[in-house]
Amino acid sequence: MILQIFDGLLLLVIVVLAWRSLNDRDVFRAVISFIALGLLIAVAWVRLRAPDVALAEAAVGSGLTGALILSALVRMRRRERAATATRGEAPT
Amino acid sequence: MTSRMPIGVLSLALLAALGWAVLSLPLRPAGLTAASLAKLPESGVTNPVTAVLLNYRGYDTLLEIGVLLLAIVAVWSLRRGEWPASHLHDRPLLMPLLRVVLPVLLLAAGYLLWIGAFAPGGAFQGGALLGGAIVLVMLGGLARRALAFERLLRAGLVLGVIVFAAVCAVTMLLTGGLLQFPAGTGGTWIMVIESAALVSIGLTLGLLYFGGRPNAHHA
Amino acid sequence: MPDADYRIYALAGMALFAIGFYSMLVQAHLLRRIMALNVMGSGVFLVYIALGAQTPGPIPDPVPHAMVLTGIVVSVCATGLALALVDRAQAAASEVEPGDDA
Repeated sequence: MILQIFDGLLLLVIVVLAWRSLNDRDVFRAVISFIALGLLIAVAWVRLRAPDVALAEAAVGSGLTGALILSALVRMRRRERAATATRGEAPT
Repeated sequence: MTSRMPIGVLSLALLAALGWAVLSLPLRPAGLTAASLAKLPESGVTNPVTAVLLNYRGYDTLLEIGVLLLAIVAVWSLRRGEWPASHLHDRPLLMPLLRVVLPVLLLAAGYLLWIGAFAPGGAFQGGALLGGAIVLVMLGGLARRALAFERLLRAGLVLGVIVFAAVCAVTMLLTGGLLQFPAGTGGTWIMVIESAALVSIGLTLGLLYFGGRPNAHHA
Repeated sequence: MPDADYRIYALAGMALFAIGFYSMLVQAHLLRRIMALNVMGSGVFLVYIALGAQTPGPIPDPVPHAMVLTGIVVSVCATGLALALVDRAQAAASEVEPGDDA
């Protein structure tokens, strides 16, 4: 019974985080939700008795994918800032 | 913004159709558990997942290592990599932390590689940890000169595919079947493949974070 | 618990797939679309592993585990490639833009 409640809560949080990681207004907050989502899915793998998958998900799904997307976001923002700066200085 | 409504309806319809499809499947599918367990003593390992990955369906894993190589080749041909912009290596806590964490990560990667034969673990999990260690090294701005050895990096990236293909060729000569290991030697072949795959997977994941071909002039 | 019912995980997986599908079509931000692709992938993995956990026997079906393991590593590589493509596309766009404005 307790396990069923745990499953229900875990999946509820997973679905809510999935929504927030794709539809939050703030992209940075969305990426953080995405990383948290990966960690919780790793917990789901443990509940589904798939420890091999859980190990890979914890390292890859949240860690590496999160790092990749975060650094891409930083790069994107830097480029946007550079673009607005040059446009502001020298309007043609 | 007005187009959100129909897309939402479409997504809900998709959810309903998927739900109906999955819930109409048999409650207790036979699955392949019994078959995988029956052949486990012959596979050379005792972890059924590793047996599936490197023995029963070894060609899947061979192709996957190939996909990893393709991905990093594509990324390298698209752009030049760059070091993380933030000057993390100036932060006082990062270096002492890395000094502790990096050896532990490398040790854990090796341990996961070895334990994969008997328990949860293997080249993928170990490779992921190795990749994480490489990302940390980059964040710390360490080992900048290592990226200048592009030939060495390339050798590491293709090591997995080459060793895997070599094992394919050798075992084919011995037994006549693709990835059909001679009886009783499965464990050794699997460990050889996984050790090479660990290096390639770790390097690929780590260098993906670098995001492009190392620039020899800036290294 | 050999005969526990894990189909609720499959349902959540399908919800993830649908959320990813919706966001992929609605969101214009390319990073969000890449994340949507990842969420859809996680949904597929959840369904697959949950169905594998339904099989009778002492352990869950190891074949889905092996395939999802492969899938996770492939999807991070696909993400890396997609991010590199996005960066190239935006670099090309920002080079063209000033000329367009003039």
